[in-house]
Amino acid sequence: MTTTVPAGPREKVDQRPNTRAAAHTGVPSERRREALAAWVFLAPTILLLGLFVLIPLGGAVVLSFQRTNGFGDGTFIGLDNYTRLLGDPVFWRALINTIVFTVLVTPGAMALGLGAALLLNSALPARPAFRSALILPMAVSGVATALIGLLMFDENTGLIDALLRTLGLPDIDWQSNPTAAFASIVLVTLWWRVGFNMLVYLAALQGIDGTLIEAARTDGASGGQLLRYVTIPLLGAPTFFLLVVNVIYSFQVFDIVFVLTGGGPQNATTVLVTYAYDTGFVSRDQGYAAAIGMVLLLFSLFVTAVQWRTNRGRDVAG
Amino acid sequence: MTAATLRSHPSRARRTGVMLRTVAALVVAAIVLFPLYWMLVVAFSPRSELFSGRLRLWPESFTTENLERVFRSFPVLTWFGNSVAIALTVSVMTVVLNLLAGYAFTHLRFRGSTAVLLLAVATITLPLQVIMVSLFRLVTSLGLYGTYWAVILPTSASAVGILLARQFLVGIPRELLEAARIDGAGHLRTFVSVVLPLSRPVIAVLFFLSLLGSWNDFAWPLIALKENRLFTLPIGLLYLQSQNGPDYGTTMAFALINVVPMVILFLVFQRWFVQGFARTGLR
Repeated sequence: MTTTVPAGPREKVDQRPNTRAAAHTGVPSERRREALAAWVFLAPTILLLGLFVLIPLGGAVVLSFQRTNGFGDGTFIGLDNYTRLLGDPVFWRALINTIVFTVLVTPGAMALGLGAALLLNSALPARPAFRSALILPMAVSGVATALIGLLMFDENTGLIDALLRTLGLPDIDWQSNPTAAFASIVLVTLWWRVGFNMLVYLAALQGIDGTLIEAARTDGASGGQLLRYVTIPLLGAPTFFLLVVNVIYSFQVFDIVFVLTGGGPQNATTVLVTYAYDTGFVSRDQGYAAAIGMVLLLFSLFVTAVQWRTNRGRDVAG
Repeated sequence: MTAATLRSHPSRARRTGVMLRTVAALVVAAIVLFPLYWMLVVAFSPRSELFSGRLRLWPESFTTENLERVFRSFPVLTWFGNSVAIALTVSVMTVVLNLLAGYAFTHLRFRGSTAVLLLAVATITLPLQVIMVSLFRLVTSLGLYGTYWAVILPTSASAVGILLARQFLVGIPRELLEAARIDGAGHLRTFVSVVLPLSRPVIAVLFFLSLLGSWNDFAWPLIALKENRLFTLPIGLLYLQSQNGPDYGTTMAFALINVVPMVILFLVFQRWFVQGFARTGLR
């Protein structure tokens, strides 16, 4: 970064040494003016975050204790929405699907991302071109990704079934078989997400001091030992970051499921967010949708708390 | 570095290793790129070919009829314009707000600084989906429902951007800002004439990330927009798909209009993008 100090103003300052003293004796003291400037600079951000995040958050908590009729005012019904959740099979299905999705996508995307990063960090011709290819899906919108997925997984005209037929294998009912539909969502998500994981790992790998690797190599470490005892222990911070980011993303998955399967067949791919969307905006049961949102909030708070604790632990250790 | 080592020990085993890795990378790249290639093929294939059910990996004939049909049957240019207008507004607002906030947090002393920063950061982990119903009610009661602002305002304040800006602005030497201050520049003047010109790299990263996010955003615009003529491209894409059913030629032709601009920008600005992610990833 350029850190050129403009010479002109400095010299001018030296000619007027009293400006500073004058500022200190001014009625709004320098400190107060600084604080005032800070609040003015922060005001638009605080206003927007307050109005469009904090107030709706409070609203969501209140709404989750209400029965609503369409978009009108609600009536307070205490914990009824929450007890209704407990006995709602679709909610449990959505919750389990969300957890299974997270458990498959998070380690999957991280392992594939790490593998790709190690590959691209090794001696290889045309590395920038390979990197571009692998992160390209990040630029594609979720809706387009899901529609491309639909194109590939369509039971009648899809390319994957055509490929299976050509190889003499049986078709897979990607849209009508619950397990296959779920698998298609996971596969499409991995295609979309692996590039991000690779990028973070690649940046970390390139930050590793090369002499460390050389030293281990001269000590006779094999490739596998190098990976296990040198590289992976050095990837703690990005691994943790990706774990948190992937888990939070997985809880919030929406575009892919909404467009690719719409939650079907028979709720086999319904996740918390698509269920909340359907409840709040299709059947317009907003209080109940807010209660589903609260479950998501609890998950997010849990992840944040774990992250907070671990980070503090690391600070103390470091 | 590894390449240099490689040249100084030209052993056969190493060369085989490079070849194996190249093949592996080619296979991975082919798997990743194939769906995008297939989108192109389908977009430019006549309808009749798609329903043959046979495996064919390249187009047997080329046609622009899908693209023409998309432009004839849907207000694509309007949707494109909406996407551009919304994404640009959100990005400019995000950059300005994030830099102002980042400057306040790094170079101005005021009581409550830590508390405000913590509160802002706490909003990062709050998913939109938690508040989407009550946010919808709020936006409606403010009279914004179904307007551009319903999309722009809630997505403009991004705390992730504040962290990025803060991390960058910490690196601007205090002496430089003090020099401007002593010279009689107010805080705003210092910000505009000293901080902004030095912040070009982080401005580029913030702008691009925000543009990409806004261009591809789906859940909130789906909720906040109601009229066909205000749709953004992803919402239009879903609308078109629901109208056309399994007509993949038309759908993919339209998907291209959504995907191609960002893919081009992405490839052009990749360096900055990669650096931006490297910073957020490693902290």
